[in-house]
Amino acid sequence: MKPGPGPEKSAVTPAPQGAAVLPSGRAVPAGRAGTNIRRLENRAAYMFLIPWLAGLFGITIIPVTVSLYLSFTDYNVLSAPTWVGLENYEKLISGDRRYENSLWVTLKFVGYSVPLVLVFSLTVAVVLNRGLAGLAIYRSLFYVPSLIGASVGIGLLWYQVFGERGVFNDLLGLFGFEGRSWVTNPRYALSTVIALNVWTFGASMVIFLAALRQIPDSYYEAASIDGANGWQKFRRITLPLLTPVIFFNMVLLTIQSFQSFTQAFVISRGTGGPVDSTLLYTVYLYQRAFQHLEMGYASAMAWVLLIAIALFTALIFWSAKYWVFYGDK
Amino acid sequence: MARVSLQNLTKTYAGGYLRAVDGLNVDIADGEFLVLVGPSGCGKSTALRMIAGLEDITDGAVWIGDQFVNDVHPKDRDIAMVFQNYALYPHMSVFDNIAFALQISQMPRSEIDARVREAARILELTDYLKRRPGHLSGGQRQRVAMGRAIVRNPSVFLMDEPLSNLDAKLRVQMRAEIHSLQHRLGVTTIYVTHDQTEAMTMGDRVALLKDGVLQQVDRPTDIYNRPANTFVAAFIGSPTMNLYHAAIDGGPTLKLGSSDIRIPQSVFDARPGLSRYKGKPLIAGIRPEDIGDAATAPQRDPSRELTAKVELFEDLGSDTLVHLGVDAQAAEVRSSDSLDEIKSNDAKGRCIARFTAKSEVAIDQTVTVQLDTERLHFFDAETGEAIWT
Repeated sequence: MKPGPGPEKSAVTPAPQGAAVLPSGRAVPAGRAGTNIRRLENRAAYMFLIPWLAGLFGITIIPVTVSLYLSFTDYNVLSAPTWVGLENYEKLISGDRRYENSLWVTLKFVGYSVPLVLVFSLTVAVVLNRGLAGLAIYRSLFYVPSLIGASVGIGLLWYQVFGERGVFNDLLGLFGFEGRSWVTNPRYALSTVIALNVWTFGASMVIFLAALRQIPDSYYEAASIDGANGWQKFRRITLPLLTPVIFFNMVLLTIQSFQSFTQAFVISRGTGGPVDSTLLYTVYLYQRAFQHLEMGYASAMAWVLLIAIALFTALIFWSAKYWVFYGDK
Repeated sequence: MARVSLQNLTKTYAGGYLRAVDGLNVDIADGEFLVLVGPSGCGKSTALRMIAGLEDITDGAVWIGDQFVNDVHPKDRDIAMVFQNYALYPHMSVFDNIAFALQISQMPRSEIDARVREAARILELTDYLKRRPGHLSGGQRQRVAMGRAIVRNPSVFLMDEPLSNLDAKLRVQMRAEIHSLQHRLGVTTIYVTHDQTEAMTMGDRVALLKDGVLQQVDRPTDIYNRPANTFVAAFIGSPTMNLYHAAIDGGPTLKLGSSDIRIPQSVFDARPGLSRYKGKPLIAGIRPEDIGDAATAPQRDPSRELTAKVELFEDLGSDTLVHLGVDAQAAEVRSSDSLDEIKSNDAKGRCIARFTAKSEVAIDQTVTVQLDTERLHFFDAETGEAIWT
């Protein structure tokens, strides 16, 4: 039997007093130890960050920068981009009626969707917060649409439900109303897209529910003793205390709504119709980019959208000082 | 103002399995300050919440004035409540917090203004009316909570541990302020606390609960000097009363471990029932201040002295708390687990004495202590009930 390697045969030389030992086992003099260890730690940190950094640069920063360049060019994918300066932006401001229409459709979509989702999600959250039996089941049921609502499948389903022979008309028929094709009627098509968007209120609702749980019961008990009824408690206690969460949801929903694409695209079969009534900004952008192959123009549109979203978000942030309450201020 | 009557007030949970409040009977006189005190989980807050209407009553009755209020909505009970966390609305100014109930009742704005300003003047909050609670100190918030209660001119104040969120110094100050305010306003007040010092210093009467059952309701001095049972004896007073298994022989002397302490006839006169316990085991109690350093006593009396070893002492400046090891078996007070302060004195042969500042003691020193035998307490060894008649 061979004797095993004794401690004296160890490959690692014992570190002198006051020196540090690197993970490799190499001893480093005390003065340089800190710097070296920090450098090694930094290197390890960057190694871990590589996947994320690759995504940040490959999917976000580089494409965004390229799109900024392309917005000043005429580019149809097949030939090299040619510099046109501000021409694409000038065309957006004057001379594109469909663009103008898409702006109005989008503003209408955002203007209806955001308040409706907020009201809907808050109402359902308040109802669920009353200690309903089976709360977890209801919460999940209401939350699921927000996970799948933006999918193509649900868009197709919605198209069927609100079609002329859809379930919605069958329901109306039960009450003696005559239905119509909601998705192909220019008067109602946008409403069905908005309805689908509102249906995905679950994510906001979950956030509201969490916030409602944070309000101490004693506030309501004190209000009960003071004679406040349910509405007064909601208006004077619940609502003001929820304003930070309303603000958060509002910012999130505004950004999401401006970027909304799939639902309108699927329901209108990619046309933004009927009669451009569901031509959301993003749908029109898609058409110009991938149907007309006007990448320069579409890039300019994307940059205008980015700036518009930033402005609207800034507006909400500015208004917050008038209506959002933070407990410690 | 109104009197409040609790008749057989009971609250059970889990289908009657858990009795949070068990047949509570207390009459609170018009303008009286009653303190409900007891360890955590004794049912005092539940009882208060039943009076407020925030908790359903399982059994029994609550009367406020001449009104049977079991099924009356909290707002119609003519009460005001101060919560442990004050329940101040953080988004409202101090003014709006105080005015909330008046605004809800749609009182004319001028009257609201007058009432709030009067309350703010009484509570010295006038300069803070525009501030929000987040910008106030703990004591100021507490006063706002009081303001919210007094502005409504209720018949009854209910206060649920309103000082427990304050630091020790502020608690003492606010204790005095609430007491004097209640005295000035003369509003019937029911005050819940777990702090026996608050109970003793504030209440006209103190009701002590344990496991939902009322142990004693009495004036603070009576509850201190004539505790109904070992639980009350141990709970009220700080440091707690020293309790030992003992026996009385024909002497009449109290056999406390190996020591014999002579009991004066006046003790038997005051407690006729005590003579029945001659030769039987009982529990003897003595408060720390009734155990003095024999060396500094004006008159030595070996018949009421015993020797003990100093284990620890706490010099409080005005006096010294001396922890002694004595030759006597400590009596265990059966109570809920939360009663740490009572249990801490259950160790065998421990005793806490309050010596005057004149005494000089050292750890491990053997001292002779003198008991004030006139102030001994006696309890039945089986039931823990005080022995009087």
